[in-house]
Amino acid sequence: MALADSPVVEVAEETAPVREAGLWADAWRQLRRNPLFLAPAVVIILLAVMAVAPGVFTRTDPRACDLSHSLLRPTARHWFGYDLQGCDYYARVVHGARVSMTIGVATAAGTALISVVLGMLAGFYGGAVDTLIARVTDVWFALPTFLGAIVVLAVLGGNGLAPLTLVLVLFGWPTMTRLMRSSVLAVRDMEYVTAARALGAGDLRLMTRHVLPNAVAPVVVYGAIRVGIVIAAEATLSYLGLGLQLPAISWGLMIATAQPRLLSAPHLLLFPGLFLSVTVLAFILLGDALRDAFDPRLR
Amino acid sequence: MPSIPASADPVLSVRDLVVEFATADGVVSAVNGVGFDLAAGETLAILGESGSGKSVTAQAVMGLIERPGRVVGGTVRFEGRDLLAASAEERRRVRGSGLAMVFQDPLSALNPVWSVGFQIGELFRVHRSLSRRESRRRAVELLERVRIPAAARRVGEYPHQFSGGMRQRVMIAMALALDPKVLIADEPTTALDVTVQAQILELLDELRAETGMGLLLITHDLGVVAETADRVAVMYAGRVVETGPTDAVLAAPAHPYTEGLLASVPRGQSGREERLRPIAGAPPSLARIPPGCPFHPRCPYVIDRCRTERPPLAAPGSGQEKPRNPREILPRSAACWRSDEVGRVEP
Repeated sequence: MALADSPVVEVAEETAPVREAGLWADAWRQLRRNPLFLAPAVVIILLAVMAVAPGVFTRTDPRACDLSHSLLRPTARHWFGYDLQGCDYYARVVHGARVSMTIGVATAAGTALISVVLGMLAGFYGGAVDTLIARVTDVWFALPTFLGAIVVLAVLGGNGLAPLTLVLVLFGWPTMTRLMRSSVLAVRDMEYVTAARALGAGDLRLMTRHVLPNAVAPVVVYGAIRVGIVIAAEATLSYLGLGLQLPAISWGLMIATAQPRLLSAPHLLLFPGLFLSVTVLAFILLGDALRDAFDPRLR
Repeated sequence: MPSIPASADPVLSVRDLVVEFATADGVVSAVNGVGFDLAAGETLAILGESGSGKSVTAQAVMGLIERPGRVVGGTVRFEGRDLLAASAEERRRVRGSGLAMVFQDPLSALNPVWSVGFQIGELFRVHRSLSRRESRRRAVELLERVRIPAAARRVGEYPHQFSGGMRQRVMIAMALALDPKVLIADEPTTALDVTVQAQILELLDELRAETGMGLLLITHDLGVVAETADRVAVMYAGRVVETGPTDAVLAAPAHPYTEGLLASVPRGQSGREERLRPIAGAPPSLARIPPGCPFHPRCPYVIDRCRTERPPLAAPGSGQEKPRNPREILPRSAACWRSDEVGRVEP
């Protein structure tokens, strides 16, 4: 047979530029030159450092207070002034980042774990599994988030990070689960999933190798936005007296204690409020930038 | 073309396959009793229009029919074992290493987020428990075997970085990774440029000859059949209406539908003015397959009997010889009451 000697060069072969690519690589290439990604990313990195090692930003102990400094206004040496107890307010705001970041990231991670697993099972298997998960999600969805959180926290009598995270995960997973499910439904019918099945891949492998990496992007995007929402929710619950309690240091608590002195000492509200807003905004912008990068139609 | 005689025990043997789909308009029969044999080293083409059931047949053989579809009846024997009666796990193990499949559009059949080397290598890692390094080496070997230039460099690239023809080669490499006994190629050249189609067909043919695997070629293209297939089975409305050695069927079709197909494509004989004659009418809706012979509303040879009684697959010519054993498929047969007259009388 002379076929073996046939030329190997294909007529229609184009010389594609050699570059690493793929959904995630493409997204990264787009992100790293997008200022709307870089700016929030820098802010979030700063906040993360602030949460892990507040000593980098301040040497002052936020609990070393001197009542003679009570409610002093900001000065050149003490930028944020002092609070009611005479503690350095800059140090307190810096130390408050830990609570916000911890609760934001832990809640988003917990929610994502539940949602990815349930959404994957529902979307991939369909049928009775889907019906069960989808109906439970719908019912859960109908529970009012804040009222529910308030009731559960009141019953738990919790005033720590753990019960707060638990409650926020408990009332946060349905939206993300729906998102994951619809994303899986779209990917499951892709031909590469069928092709992998035709070459002997089992369900677990199909889900983890083929469906998950192609379906998880919307969840990552929503997760980033969710971190912002959750940080605001922690502040709200703490403000309402259901979240953290003194002597914990948290932006929500600071805002709560600042409220009665809004006119006499506005800096008590201004600084934690500013940090909270910037943090939430950074995560929401990050989520938006991720969404644009992962959605090929927006490129 | 050297090929192992079809008289050997077939590696794949399909009988009376019935596949239904539940739709809003009721149950639709996409496949209504298809049967064929495929021997090792042989190329069998399943020829048919869209909606004839040829792709559904391929999927049913692979065990890829999903809701709302359902395999209602029949047997799919691979190396003697009926896959339709086997457990899901048994079927999974046959896929890839026994039966493998190449899809129509290689861009959508390759996972966009993994490099081609990773996707090919995964088969070795999972099914052969090879190391990452060894799997990658084998992936490069396979890419060389399907004649991808600079395979060692391109193994780390992603599907969208390959041209259509090269992508289909990658898909073929993946399908061959576990040395399957049967390769099902579902319209493997339809999504490709004409210039590339012939190369892919040549490649498939060479690989079949090298490995001795059976090749089941699903196509709507008579040219593809003429070039590559040892035997052909023509499908219409979910049934095989004619089967036989390619040369014999193309030279003297025994079913009016096959004759119509041949008349509707240019033969390219030089110097002769030829008119293409399309087949009148349209293929039937699978929800309302006509009674009797499903082709009768479009058939120029139609007689009263065709409207009420469905002709079985039987040897064309005198006496309508039927196989003695109903499971046997004669080497040359057609499902037409007037098969001996097709091409010999003016309809």
